[in-house]
Amino acid sequence: MKVAIYGTGCAKCHKLEELVRQVVEETGMNAEIVKVSDIKDIVTAGVMVTPAMSIDGKMVVKGHLPSLDEIRTLLAG
Amino acid sequence: MIITNEDDAPAVAGTAPAARGGIRRAILLTLLILIALALWVLIYSRLSWFAEWYTYDKLLYPRPTDGNPAMLKQCCPTDAMLAEQGTTYVRQGRGIVFLLFQLPHTFMLLSLVVFLMGIVRSFFTPERTRGLLAGRRGSLIIALGAALGVLTPFCSCSALPLFIGFITAGVPLGATFAFLASAPLVNEFALFMLFEQYGLTIAAIYLAIGLTIAVLTGWLISRLRMERFLEDWVRQAAVDQQEAPAERITWEGRIYAGLHAAREIIGRVWIYILIGIIIGAFIHCYVTQQQIVALLGAKNWWSVPLATVVGVPIYSNPAGILPVMEALRGKGIPQGTLLAFMMGVIALSLPEFLILRRVMKPRLILLFFGIVAAGILIVGYAFNLIVK
Repeated sequence: MKVAIYGTGCAKCHKLEELVRQVVEETGMNAEIVKVSDIKDIVTAGVMVTPAMSIDGKMVVKGHLPSLDEIRTLLAG
Repeated sequence: MIITNEDDAPAVAGTAPAARGGIRRAILLTLLILIALALWVLIYSRLSWFAEWYTYDKLLYPRPTDGNPAMLKQCCPTDAMLAEQGTTYVRQGRGIVFLLFQLPHTFMLLSLVVFLMGIVRSFFTPERTRGLLAGRRGSLIIALGAALGVLTPFCSCSALPLFIGFITAGVPLGATFAFLASAPLVNEFALFMLFEQYGLTIAAIYLAIGLTIAVLTGWLISRLRMERFLEDWVRQAAVDQQEAPAERITWEGRIYAGLHAAREIIGRVWIYILIGIIIGAFIHCYVTQQQIVALLGAKNWWSVPLATVVGVPIYSNPAGILPVMEALRGKGIPQGTLLAFMMGVIALSLPEFLILRRVMKPRLILLFFGIVAAGILIVGYAFNLIVK
């Protein structure tokens, strides 16, 4: 599973990455986490509001910081 | 709304029984919110009374109108001491009233406004806004862009991807600029606060002027065909237009969106509010009217530009600026100068400038900032003339 996190470097984007790593670690799932921080790449992926997150190319979070529980559900599912 | 509409039930959750539970939950949640709102109104209406009661009846500070109250007798037995110390105590008393009133007042008002706006904004996603604006031309679309800028939620770190997302989807540059410009120019919290403290007319003028500047910005930029001043890669960017499946958001979801927004924004800006209120209280206690009026009073033509320029390097949230404005107003600074100061802080900010630089060539940015600055000066002078 490939998880991409999109953000230019604002506080919320860092937080999202941190939370995702935490969930991946605690569940021990096999996921590759990529942080996309270049604005060109962010825009090319179709992201308009950050922070955003995609799982295997599908956008699942747009413009808000999900809770740990939300991230668990998303990654599980 | 949706809560009573049985047809919408299946959309609330996957299966029908769960949906009925969802509706019950939504009704319960709405009731809780209404009770909270009633409590809010009750407490809010007593704030001013409480601040004065505590300062003057409990702490026994002399009221500004008092002749010779208990506290003055204790501290200043002679007339000479009274003349010197008495005014200090009166001023300190005012500062304490200010603190006791503004602290709960600002936080309560901010919570309510952010909560309500969170609900309103759950109707306007950036995707929907882009859909409304894309592929059309003309002045009306610029005006629509300005109006949607006030209603669509985004934080300043999203300004850039939004900008490019709009441009590449075929939203005209003018409408995109109007959209981006109106968000900082018309701040919804500032709008509510102005309405509450200065009345409908002032709030309406603030809204009208902010939108007008945003529309003018968009119009001018589309007139001057500024597209060529975008950085090249923006024009060439090939954007994955993948649309997320349209989410159906329930009434309950909207309430949660509002609560979520309130929690997040309070968590982020409380420090600005605290600093603002402390500065305000400080102004109340230690700055004399003569000093500040000499600097920023109505007689000086340069007070408006000065206030604007002073505001630029200050980075704050409007919720932090309004207590300072309130304290300055108490010292006789005219309304327009205060508004110019506030808009300088909110609308002209250096971090934003640096962000925009990555997509626009300097000339375009200068034009943008020039128009906004000119707009602020017009607001300042106009208000100083209108409000006496």
